[in-house]
Amino acid sequence: MRELALHLLDIAENSVAANAQNITISVNEDIQADRLQMSVIDDGRGMDEATVARVIDPFFTSRTTRKVGLGLPFLKQAAESCNGDMQIHSTPGKGTQVKVEFQRSNIDRMPLGDLASTFLSLLIANPEINWDFNYVVAGREFKFESSPVIQALAGVSLTEPSILTYLRELIEAGVADVLLDASPEKSNSTKSVRR
Amino acid sequence: MASIKSLEDLKRLREEALEKRKVKSASGQAQVIVAMGTCGIAAGARDAMKAILDTIESESLTGIVVTQTGCIGLCEREPIVQVVIGDQPKITYGKVTPEVARRIMNEHVVKGNIVQDHVIPV
Repeated sequence: MRELALHLLDIAENSVAANAQNITISVNEDIQADRLQMSVIDDGRGMDEATVARVIDPFFTSRTTRKVGLGLPFLKQAAESCNGDMQIHSTPGKGTQVKVEFQRSNIDRMPLGDLASTFLSLLIANPEINWDFNYVVAGREFKFESSPVIQALAGVSLTEPSILTYLRELIEAGVADVLLDASPEKSNSTKSVRR
Repeated sequence: MASIKSLEDLKRLREEALEKRKVKSASGQAQVIVAMGTCGIAAGARDAMKAILDTIESESLTGIVVTQTGCIGLCEREPIVQVVIGDQPKITYGKVTPEVARRIMNEHVVKGNIVQDHVIPV
């Protein structure tokens, strides 16, 4: 996969498959500490310790349609090659947390990619799930919770064209807004102007 | 803080959508299913999904349900998109690039003509 946002989509699909009702996805770019953290937290069916130990094995999968499961092993490898790591905590019947961390400036860290499309795809295709999307860059935060939107729509589909436009623009603008003013290059240039 | 959209805006859009639906009677609901397993995502399922949603917006297509499924065991044919119209049998498409996704929407979902060159016989 070429984007961290695609990995997030993939990991969130595990939560959907685990029948989660509530899924929280967070991305935090801490520029000062030079870390990029991502997490997917769900209240799905969870896994026992033995299963958690096996999910990073590419030759383990809960799926029956093919015999390999590459999602989590790929992401773990990507993180470890960037001075980072992946942690999975899970409790049967309670849910699963996947947390992954990268050195943000590492030359091998793949780009975050199209986070807005990942959020929108998950929301539209799974409107019955309560989604909580969070994106933080240097303390600037975008947060989107799906439940107030679903309540306001009162049965009208997310894929009605005008509703879709509303949601896409809301999420795209939210993600873009967090990136605005967040880059250290920008604050440096402000300083140099002052000088 | 420029483009904050309120839930009030959303409620107004909801009312308008309901009005339009009254005018256009649904002629057999269309369901579009995107396969979102690891194989599908790696092959470009999100781009197919985006092209489907973009077409709904640009062509103002109402009454279409867009949903997802996991890996269906045809990883080498990903990205896979399935279309069900009314009570007709499900059609499975393979190698769905954004371009193919737009054709599926405009030809199959809107006009009812199956895009034969991308059908996977299942």
